[in-house]
Amino acid sequence: MSFVSVRDVWQSYGGRPILERVNLSVAEGEFISIVGASGCGKSTFLRLLLAEEQPTRGVISVAGDMPAVEPDRARGVVFQRYSVFPHLSVRDNIIAAESFGTRLGWLWGARLRAARTRADETLGRIGLDHVAGHYPAALSGGMQQRLAIGQALTARPRILLLDEPFGALDPGTRVQMHDFLSDLRAQSPMTIFMVTHDLAEGFKLGDRVLVFDKPRWDPHDPGAYGATITYDFDARHGGIPYHHLREKIHEPTHA
Amino acid sequence: MRLINRKPSRPVALLLAALPFVAVAIAYAIGSEMRLAVNPQDRLLPAPATILDTAIRLFTEAERRSGRILLWHDTGASLFRLLSGVAIAAALSLVLGVLIGLLPYMRRSLSDFVAVLSMVPPLALLPILFIIFGLGEVSKIVLIVIGTAPVMTRDMAQRVIEIPREQIIKAQTLGASSLVIALRVVLPQILPRLISNVRLSLGTAWLFLIAAEAVASELGLGYRIFLVRRFLAMDIILTYVIWITLLAFLLDWMLRALSRRAFRWAEAGL
Repeated sequence: MSFVSVRDVWQSYGGRPILERVNLSVAEGEFISIVGASGCGKSTFLRLLLAEEQPTRGVISVAGDMPAVEPDRARGVVFQRYSVFPHLSVRDNIIAAESFGTRLGWLWGARLRAARTRADETLGRIGLDHVAGHYPAALSGGMQQRLAIGQALTARPRILLLDEPFGALDPGTRVQMHDFLSDLRAQSPMTIFMVTHDLAEGFKLGDRVLVFDKPRWDPHDPGAYGATITYDFDARHGGIPYHHLREKIHEPTHA
Repeated sequence: MRLINRKPSRPVALLLAALPFVAVAIAYAIGSEMRLAVNPQDRLLPAPATILDTAIRLFTEAERRSGRILLWHDTGASLFRLLSGVAIAAALSLVLGVLIGLLPYMRRSLSDFVAVLSMVPPLALLPILFIIFGLGEVSKIVLIVIGTAPVMTRDMAQRVIEIPREQIIKAQTLGASSLVIALRVVLPQILPRLISNVRLSLGTAWLFLIAAEAVASELGLGYRIFLVRRFLAMDIILTYVIWITLLAFLLDWMLRALSRRAFRWAEAGL
């Protein structure tokens, strides 16, 4: 049984199909990159995974749970912008991942102290311990995104959804963020979906690269058909699966 | 160099800021001088020295009949009405604004109603308020609330709607309930806006306060001004006007200081 399963999902707005016949099955711990032209439905697909929207038809299930009707703690998310809370200090942003789940959203006493200690550990791991007391506005774009990822992971989601997380960063910072994300994955395996405009980024980070496109095209009515997954590349080993395939002959266990 | 790129240095800036005040004061002094030269009994533009004498008398000397310094009693009564009215309006607009901005069901049922309500000219309702609540404090406070709350509510709701969708979604993925989102994501972010709304609506609130006091009252700054108008006591009127202006300025300054102190995170981005 796959960890995330998408079965025959259709999504349309006001009768206009955006996605059609999307089928996908993802194993636990896989990093899925999603690429495609603008308006091909990849952000829609991410919103469906996030349960911000419900598919018109079809079922999306994460970790064998019932299909979600709204975003919950099983899903972590990092957007391109506005992913952290500007009115909370860097440390409080991490603590929020624990306190927001309580009745009134505040932690007190021993629980707060424990959460603070854990938050400082997290900040040390993501290299933000020197700005723990600052507000996000004082941080650079890369640091804000690191904070956003740290915050999302503190809530221990089953899947992490990244919506063009590095799109607003300069190229140097972007490479740093790639290393940061790879390091985090090496420490603790997690299932990640990342929408990106950058093909190279998608292949560099992803285990699989999904391409969204419209398989059917009516030149008289470009909006007549929706998009679906047209390619599903194996992006491990630099996108060259050949060596991997040969090794399999000697190692019958599934990788 | 283009005009838009010319900036005054600090001393010049101070001078320029003082200029309009000085100009008005000089214009008044000249006008007063000219009228008094023709008719020493003229009451329309009393000399600045006369106004100062009157001001000192009003601030320090008790009225003979009642033994009270009326100006302070007027100030107390007016500030009580003004601040209660604005405080109630602010609290109301905060609660309604968050509900309308955050909950689609509330938005459907209330936002059009509040929009229509804000179109009603509050002063036209004053007679109704006097009939319902009598001539006491309640009708004046209610007038201020009716006059300022709907506009503030609309603005607060708009600010809540403008909070990026990403933040609301993010809070949900961290397990926040609607209540937690309202308390910990929305509320702290719109409080600075509430303060600036209060600052903006204080001007309107003064208008309604003085209008209500002018119509029916027995104490208050607006009441006093309209009372002494009958005797053409311009020196008293001007003292009261300057005093009201000063009070308004101090209130505004205090709110701004509070906002700066309490919402450091909002300043950090500027």
